[in-house]
Amino acid sequence: MAKVIMTADDSLTIRDIVSYTLTAEGYTVVQAKDGVEALKMITAKPIDMLITDLNMPGMDGIELIKKARAIPAYKFIPIVMLTTESTDGKKQAGKAAGATAWIVKPFKPEELVGVVKKVLR
Amino acid sequence: MSDVDRHLETFRLEAEDLLREMEEVILLIEDNPADREAIDRLFRAVHTIKGSSGMFGLTDIVSLAHHVETVLEKVRSGTLSVGRALIDLVLASRDHFSAMIEGQNVDMMAVGTVIARLQTMLGGGKAAAPGAAAKKAGGRSKGGAVAAYHIRFLPEPALFCSGTEPALLLEDVRALGECQIVAQTDAIPAWEDFNPENCYLAWDITLSTNGGVNAIRDVFVFVEDISRLEIVDLSGDYTGDPDAPLPKVGEILVDRGDIDQATLHEAMSLQNRVGELLTGLGRVSGEKVASALSQQEVLRKQQTAAQKDTVRVPSSKLDALINLVGELVTNQARLSQIAGAIGNMDLASPIEESDRLTAELRDLVLNVRMMPIGTTFSRFKRLVRDLSAELGKEIDLATEGAETELDKTVIDRLYDPLIHLIRNSVDHGIETPEVRARAGKPSHGTIRLTAAHHGAHVVISIIDDGKGLDTEAIRRKARERQLIAADRELSDKETFALIFKAGLSTAAKVTDVSGRGVGMDVVKREIDALRGTIDIDSELGRGTTIALSLPLTLAIIDGLLVDVESDRYVIPLSAIEECLELTDDRFATSTERNVIQVRGSPIPLLRLRDVFQIDSPRPPLEKTVVVAVGDVRVGIVVDHVIGNHQTVLKSLGRLYRDADCISGATIMGDGNVALILDLAGLVRHSLADEAADVAAARRAARG
Repeated sequence: MAKVIMTADDSLTIRDIVSYTLTAEGYTVVQAKDGVEALKMITAKPIDMLITDLNMPGMDGIELIKKARAIPAYKFIPIVMLTTESTDGKKQAGKAAGATAWIVKPFKPEELVGVVKKVLR
Repeated sequence: MSDVDRHLETFRLEAEDLLREMEEVILLIEDNPADREAIDRLFRAVHTIKGSSGMFGLTDIVSLAHHVETVLEKVRSGTLSVGRALIDLVLASRDHFSAMIEGQNVDMMAVGTVIARLQTMLGGGKAAAPGAAAKKAGGRSKGGAVAAYHIRFLPEPALFCSGTEPALLLEDVRALGECQIVAQTDAIPAWEDFNPENCYLAWDITLSTNGGVNAIRDVFVFVEDISRLEIVDLSGDYTGDPDAPLPKVGEILVDRGDIDQATLHEAMSLQNRVGELLTGLGRVSGEKVASALSQQEVLRKQQTAAQKDTVRVPSSKLDALINLVGELVTNQARLSQIAGAIGNMDLASPIEESDRLTAELRDLVLNVRMMPIGTTFSRFKRLVRDLSAELGKEIDLATEGAETELDKTVIDRLYDPLIHLIRNSVDHGIETPEVRARAGKPSHGTIRLTAAHHGAHVVISIIDDGKGLDTEAIRRKARERQLIAADRELSDKETFALIFKAGLSTAAKVTDVSGRGVGMDVVKREIDALRGTIDIDSELGRGTTIALSLPLTLAIIDGLLVDVESDRYVIPLSAIEECLELTDDRFATSTERNVIQVRGSPIPLLRLRDVFQIDSPRPPLEKTVVVAVGDVRVGIVVDHVIGNHQTVLKSLGRLYRDADCISGATIMGDGNVALILDLAGLVRHSLADEAADVAAARRAARG
């Protein structure tokens, strides 16, 4: 069964690129446009990995990571933050919230695939 | 389409939305610089633009966005306040983004100037470009200088199962440099729940080392999978400036993840809730604050709900749907008519039911097209802002009733007329600050743009507190241009109406903005085409109010079906005041057959038979339908009043588009066509006729 990866990002462009890249690698990708939606979706249907933006309206990435980690099923899944260099403090906060790794935007598709393969091994 | 093109297309669409959001929010912030939520929204929009454009190597956008972001970050943290200059810069940046995204030729010099100004705002060009910042950070860790770190080592309870001894790890850390280690014991459970195989401890370590982060990571590399390790570089917090404020305890706790941002905000808000402070000062009652808060909450809920549950549909699909529903309504009317003629009782009930369903469907579909007019309002803010700056005037645009809903077609077609009217107010209405001061008015002019429901109409008013219309000047000009007869006396209302005539401009000088005397007639034509009316009110020196009254929808009107001979006409119901039988005692005098008395007031009659030149004998008892067109009441004389008729509007073909007196046609249940009367046009037409008659009579009298 293909692993299910969620991309949570308020930018449609980023979601599209993540989704397109990982689908081509054989993963199933689901999209959420903010933390609230992401949390609702992952509570309804299990995922294997979460790739989240940090700066999102409603519930931001940090909060999402925390809430996801609080769900027993997601205690151990890889959570990767997508961040830009300007949010360094947030990157640390995301890490503290339970993120497994981060990818800095802008990223190359192969970079993304590399990280995903590593954490989903 | 290649992958990149596909993604670029998505990016462009998204950017368009974000740029619109930026503009809207900037203007909100201009109105209320303390609006934190708006500042957050603005920041997020810029941030997203930066992130997405980076994906396509649009480095110019990334660089500009980065600088805007840095400035906004300062605003968010409260170290920079929002001023005119900042707003101008953000607006300029927005326009540059827009041009760069559309791939237009961008003046990079201008962009450079904006960036330089943004840097100046930060106080001496401290905002390093993203690349430079990264280099600086990299240089530090490789340079081997002593840096301080906060390390939190949180092993899983199962740590021991892998045979790890945490004490040895801590020993290794201690070897890296000067350090303080504090064990966190709050996870240790009560004795009954204590499992000796689990690790309940965590450690906080503050370490000064020249080994760099990687050396620390190396220590914990083997427990990575069964523990959480956080290493925070503290040297970033120390700027080297002895006067710089130290990080606040709250920020440190947030950074460490001991509390989240929300908790911090909650705690912070305890000290500065505006409402509570005001209550404390006794300026406003607690209940009032509570109600204001609940209002805010309701608005927020509506806003988020509206953002969440929307589906975008191209309006062409909606138009097709409305057309179909229109056909359905027509067909339904035909069915009902036939069923009525047959008189079959079994048929009556399902037909009635289907009548009801059709009506419901029609209302629902029409409602889908309803949009709050506020979307257009926000665009005018920018217009007024730019124009007034250009003309050296100080003008505020205040809007009311942005939530008023109107058919999307009406809103779209209103845009140009409104732009024109607002431009006129900015250019001719509001005076320069000096003139205003001399007239004893506040130097700041105000234009109010309001929308409100009035029955089946929406009234949109543009109200300015400018110099008002000079009726004398307008009359003089109109006579000069021979738009009116030299000896004609005009009421103020009639005079105001002259500004819609082509070729009349009383502006002393023509500016870029307006004053060429073209346009107002176009406004009038467009509003007429929307079946709307324009009402002008003005007081010299005090200001002008222009009120546009528009139907809620263009697709369907409620009308009264009448006939003259065998021709049928529909009179829009919203204009009708009453229907009367034209008995002899109605007439004011026995000789004057064109005016009747209705409860004491005279009402001129307009005979459709004359207007449409139907040469057949009148029935013995005619009917008259009293309608109100603007301020004028007219009795429209017809043969019979047939009854209410809900009408799906069909526009007339190209050949008949300019026909006076008729605004459209409709197909009746029996397949016949009825013409829809354009009341304003009808009145205009008759007045013109009358004027011609009078002129002819005068000529005859003189000759």
